[in-house]
Amino acid sequence: MAGSDALYGLGLDTTKIETMYYYMVLSRALDERMWILNRQGKSAFVISCQGQEGAQVGVASALDPTVDWVAPYYRDLGVVLYFGMTPREIMLGQMAKAEDPSSGGRQMPAHYGHKKRHVLTGSSPVATQVAHAAGMALAFKIRSEAAVVMTSLGEGSTNQGEFHEALNFAAVHRLPLIVVVENNGFAISVPQSKEMVVADVAAKASGYGMPGIVVRGSDPLGVHQATSEARNRALKGEGPTLIEIKTYRYTPHSSDDDDRSYKTREQLQAEKDDDAIVLFRQWMLDQKMWDDEREKALNQRVRNEVDDATDYAEAAPYPDPATLWEHVYHS
Amino acid sequence: MAVMTYLEAIRETLRQELRRDDRIIVYGEDVGVRGGVFRVTEGLQAEFGEQRVIDSPLAEAAIIGTAIGAAVNGLRPVPEIQFSDFIFPAINQIVQEAARIRYRSNGTFGVPMVIRAPFGGGVHGALYHSQSVEAFFAHVPGLKVVIPSTPYDAKGLLAAAIQDEDPVLYFEHKAAYRSLKGDVPDERYLIPIGKADLKRPGKHVSIITYGLMVSYALKAAETLDKEGISVEILDLRSIRPLDVEAILDTAKKTGKVLMVHEDNLTGGIGGEVSALIAEHALFYLDAPIVRLAGPDVPAMPYSPPLEHAFMVTPEKITEAARKLAKF
Ligand SMILES: Cc1ncc(C[n+]2csc(CCOP(=O)(O)OP(=O)(O)O)c2C)c(N)n1
Repeated sequence: MAGSDALYGLGLDTTKIETMYYYMVLSRALDERMWILNRQGKSAFVISCQGQEGAQVGVASALDPTVDWVAPYYRDLGVVLYFGMTPREIMLGQMAKAEDPSSGGRQMPAHYGHKKRHVLTGSSPVATQVAHAAGMALAFKIRSEAAVVMTSLGEGSTNQGEFHEALNFAAVHRLPLIVVVENNGFAISVPQSKEMVVADVAAKASGYGMPGIVVRGSDPLGVHQATSEARNRALKGEGPTLIEIKTYRYTPHSSDDDDRSYKTREQLQAEKDDDAIVLFRQWMLDQKMWDDEREKALNQRVRNEVDDATDYAEAAPYPDPATLWEHVYHS
Repeated sequence: MAVMTYLEAIRETLRQELRRDDRIIVYGEDVGVRGGVFRVTEGLQAEFGEQRVIDSPLAEAAIIGTAIGAAVNGLRPVPEIQFSDFIFPAINQIVQEAARIRYRSNGTFGVPMVIRAPFGGGVHGALYHSQSVEAFFAHVPGLKVVIPSTPYDAKGLLAAAIQDEDPVLYFEHKAAYRSLKGDVPDERYLIPIGKADLKRPGKHVSIITYGLMVSYALKAAETLDKEGISVEILDLRSIRPLDVEAILDTAKKTGKVLMVHEDNLTGGIGGEVSALIAEHALFYLDAPIVRLAGPDVPAMPYSPPLEHAFMVTPEKITEAARKLAKF
């Protein structure tokens, strides 16, 4: 497993470290607010990033949102925030309002998409985006543009044929693609052991002749480093990389699920003891980059942003029913 | 006899069938330990073990492809597709393989398999958890497609589907799971696939529909009854094969036909039913056939006003039937 020991070779300055931390904290806080809204009957559906923020921010922080594109999946709140989607934009989607940039309220929450922010629109059928991402990478390659595409999915979703077909395609054509598997150990209720026999999803890469790397999601700097290396390879024309991030899902699959029948509370606690956010903060404190004062200020800033986003989205109008007929075709 | 929800009727039928015939296996995503995301298969793994109630990897093409193999080799698989919207990775296996195996092998091989899948909207499921996909499959000879509208039918049709020697798609409306309740006999019984059910006799307008829309049509009929409009309701129960005789009988009787489904208008079953009536009962009609269906947009949006605008409701059925009666 790659680790963050190489931190000092990463070329990350304090501002970048603080930015990473900010996005992790913001992702968690927005997500927590979504559950409150769900319980209040203001949002019918939540699907969470909680537990995966370190993985997501670690990946996104190694990309260049001005040129790179992402084809994320439903848990990737940390990725899309890092790419510039705002808390207001997230909450507009969460509450299915007309101004939601992802879909104008058409899609379920967390089905992100934002052309200006280089976030490809995503659907619910899992793993379809891996092929799209490969195709976007093909276009970059054909146009000789110095940009990469990152796509992500859960480990359960790597059982879909499209995942394998896309990996093979990308490897054959040496595409500038980074495929990130956020392995939280479960596909809804089904544990990894019933999803596949291999311990590491990354092992699947070797069948397609591409590198498969394993990193821990509780080590955002390690994730950052692995992603940076993959990006460099991609830009040099050396082709795609599969990065598997061992991570956790702290919530049920979604607000429609109850995880108690398949995950013990002891296991959940053990997972929470390896929380990227807590560990990262501790590391920053140890490095004397951080103190309680700054922590307080950050939390205040995040709370304000979450409140503002919630208020804004709550007050925003729903789409007009007449718009049901819009955008079936180009007009 | 017990009063059951639609969902319970399906679960108890699966249980009864699993007990009756040990060739039957149930599998799909989350169907084991979790008992399915809608809890339809709850308790079945505990009773029948992991060999017969299987949590399968997340891969629909593999679920259906292996079910075909298991069926060819003597089992009676009843795979579940978690949401009918996610049946498409398996469409190659269903359409090219399951549907064509008997024909292409000159009758040597057959695929006795039942694919269960929840479908339909109005449940805040958005584009990919609300779809009605039946017309895609009803188009394909070699497949049978059933859509029960009551707990009683859910049992009889599921048992018949499992007994059937050919592949059957069995679609369950998500909004029916807990909202529809009714008497379900304890003993096993079969409802023949391809036989429609005359739910309500009437004189002025025939509503031909299936699935959840049957209960909506019944509500509409009650409203219209008070206005002196007598509505006949035919529940197709199976959309492939269609009960042509029952369709023509009701069309000839009332001379006014309203076809209702939640699936998109264009290419939906309503078109096929209309064509049958036009071919065989045109001169009995007193008004053009009317189709009330889901709008021709790619899928049902999530936002409440858009979802509501999409859904076929008892009110919309009432209005369409009233207008037709007055034609
Ligand atoms: C093709 C398809 N089949 C089924 C589903 C229903 N479904 C949604 S998420 C999910 C589990 C995904 O698990 P995993 O890939 O491990 O990602 P995680 O949710 O754990 O992050 C399933 C089965 C779906 N969205 N798409």
